[in-house]
Amino acid sequence: MKFRFTDEQNMIRETAAGFLQDVSGPAAVREVMATESGYDRALWRRICEELCFQAITVPEEYGGMGLGYVELAIVLEQMGRNLLCSPFFGTVCLGGNGLLVAGTEQQKARYLSEIVAGELTATMAWTGPEAAHGGGEWGAEAVTATWEKTSEGYLLNGTLRYVINGHTADLLIVAAREAGTRGKDGVSLFTVPADLAGIQRSWLPTMDQTRHLGEVVFSEVSLSADSLMGEAGKGWPSLEKILDLAKVAIAAEQLGAAQQVLDMSVQYMQERVQFGRTISSYQALKHKAADMKLKCEVAYSAVYYAACVALESLDPDGDPAIAAQLREAAAMAKGYCSDTLFFNAGCALQLHGGVGFTWEYDVHLYFKRAKASELYLGNGAAQRELIAGLLLDEEFRT
Amino acid sequence: MKLTFSPEDEAFRNQIAGWLRNNLVGEFAELKFRGGPGDEHMFPEERKRWEQKLAEGGWTCVGWPEAYGGRGLSIEQQVIFFEEYARAGAPGRMGHIGEGLAGPTIIAFGSEAQKEKYLPGIVAGTELWCQGYSEPNAGSDLANVQTRASLEDGKWRIHGQKVWTSLAHESDWCFVIARTEPGSKAHKGLGFFLVSMHQPGVTVRPIEQLTGTSEFNEVFFDGAVAEDIVGAPGEGWAVAMGLLGFERGVSTLGQQMQFQNELDEIIRLARANGAARNPGIRQRIAEAHTGLRLMRYNAMRMLSSSQDGQADSSALVYKLHWASWHRNLGALAMDVLGPEAELIDDAPYELSRLQSLFLFTRSDTIYGGTNQIQRNIIAERGLGMPKEPKGR
Repeated sequence: MKFRFTDEQNMIRETAAGFLQDVSGPAAVREVMATESGYDRALWRRICEELCFQAITVPEEYGGMGLGYVELAIVLEQMGRNLLCSPFFGTVCLGGNGLLVAGTEQQKARYLSEIVAGELTATMAWTGPEAAHGGGEWGAEAVTATWEKTSEGYLLNGTLRYVINGHTADLLIVAAREAGTRGKDGVSLFTVPADLAGIQRSWLPTMDQTRHLGEVVFSEVSLSADSLMGEAGKGWPSLEKILDLAKVAIAAEQLGAAQQVLDMSVQYMQERVQFGRTISSYQALKHKAADMKLKCEVAYSAVYYAACVALESLDPDGDPAIAAQLREAAAMAKGYCSDTLFFNAGCALQLHGGVGFTWEYDVHLYFKRAKASELYLGNGAAQRELIAGLLLDEEFRT
Repeated sequence: MKLTFSPEDEAFRNQIAGWLRNNLVGEFAELKFRGGPGDEHMFPEERKRWEQKLAEGGWTCVGWPEAYGGRGLSIEQQVIFFEEYARAGAPGRMGHIGEGLAGPTIIAFGSEAQKEKYLPGIVAGTELWCQGYSEPNAGSDLANVQTRASLEDGKWRIHGQKVWTSLAHESDWCFVIARTEPGSKAHKGLGFFLVSMHQPGVTVRPIEQLTGTSEFNEVFFDGAVAEDIVGAPGEGWAVAMGLLGFERGVSTLGQQMQFQNELDEIIRLARANGAARNPGIRQRIAEAHTGLRLMRYNAMRMLSSSQDGQADSSALVYKLHWASWHRNLGALAMDVLGPEAELIDDAPYELSRLQSLFLFTRSDTIYGGTNQIQRNIIAERGLGMPKEPKGR
């Protein structure tokens, strides 16, 4: 038990921080966020070729670095801090995790190698328009695309929304259900190259411009039999695990962004003078900043605790008792960090006063990311309800 | 960064768990889950005997160096010790101020003679300590100490009043900060004294709290003799501040296990009376559970870093986090009980454990630096913001 970074982890942290500060400054973010693709292809190539962040969690047998989720979280934290506009989250935290958790040996060998080589971007498409029901439905009921068995393989139909980088990713991990099933039954996962006939994709412009969403429509799309991941109709537990891992990843990004808005606020408060003193000398404002700092510190513990759990859960030789905490740890991290980032970004806007309300200052970029990332996969209240279920309801207790 | 313990550490876990299972029986069985915050006044004699039982097993001062009678445990094994101690429901420690505060201060700042004189009694569980810091006019402004120490016939004599001294009436010794230089101000001119409680010139008066009970006391020193001074006269503030560093030691993990026991009880009640179906209560229980789990990992960060001689930024926010969390837990307990929360165990004013929790936790956000002082410290030391202006 050691709950602090190793020297190697500190090195990765410094490398990621320095690089991302250089390449993903506010000017770069603003330029690329307004484009349809939402990312800079040349920068993505540099990340893949020089930094190899996309290879961190890929096992060595597929050409990856074989490191763990803690190293991934370290890099994600810095990406969130700098609002990096990139296919990284989709490719690694949705697509890559999808392959690691549910992929067949053949699928992993092919696609993970291509991801490591920087030749393939990926994402996961799993939610229909129903994901918006009731103010956010991120469970099995959100899976509404359908599959049916054919003589050659499978046929996909349906509309998928809120797909991160859905309009640009090369490979889609798709969740669909057997027609007529409900809930956790009948869900299957497939690997779907995005250029197959019958797939229509479009960009869904978003309020948070730093992460692009797409819509993917499947009309009678034919899949080969080897597209299926795992066992037909039994895909929900895998999907749930992929989503838990994604929550940990989002939380790491949120932590970095929450820390960044605190730093921006402190710097502004130390410079801004009113009534003849810096506004950082006013206790009402100091205490607000102190609350932001507290949340950052606790969020840090939440993220790296959950990352350690994710590490054990992805390792075939991992500690089963710790691996079993993934649902709860992911919900805690996503819930706490969602609330933290929204609180901190809101405070930052207030602490900046009038300029925080302008397009010119960067606070609004973080404020918008805060709400977008909070809603994605369920907000703080949704995560707490999940935890309450684990603690209080019979069906979860063994 | 890893959550797993080594096989040696797991073997150690079995060792301490087994010892507690075999020894927390007989006359000590009734002490299970007793004597924690809000309950510290209960079973004092039995808990003193428990201290000595622990000492016989070598389970006091487990983190101290072996040279001073400790067990020299690694941080990992201390973590395990405190976890298993609380998991077993072993009682709140009477000796925690000596073991956690007085002893480490004497080890760090005391002379060899002082170490020989005071440490064995702490290790043996036979000498209990209390802390003489706060005064009526030195609360948040701790440096505004007015208690005086004067050298009379070669002896330091203490004159003044301390307040909020817990367990003073059960203690054998008190460490006191007092002014050695008349007319000195704030943190200058203070001394750190070791004073026997068993002498004329020491008067202990219990403070009746809002719970109707009295864990805290006023202590009046009327020319009481201080047997020793730790560090030089005038340097007491540095010694006292060094001591604050020890307060965030491994024992916080034991405190957390106590918190876990409280939360578990609240969850049991919520499931029994149907509050577990109330969406608002569900949110708050999940929030409490999350806050406690994350408190554990905050502590792990502090401890993992301090082991390598580094300060971790989580240490600055630790008090504000746990105090606010615990206060909210007290209110949650009442809301889970509903109208039943109003009915006390017996007249005139016998509170249940959860009623005590509700009322007593209001002190958590006040003592040891109020939440507001904590926020000043975080903003000033953690974020580099200007200090609060001082009055003249």
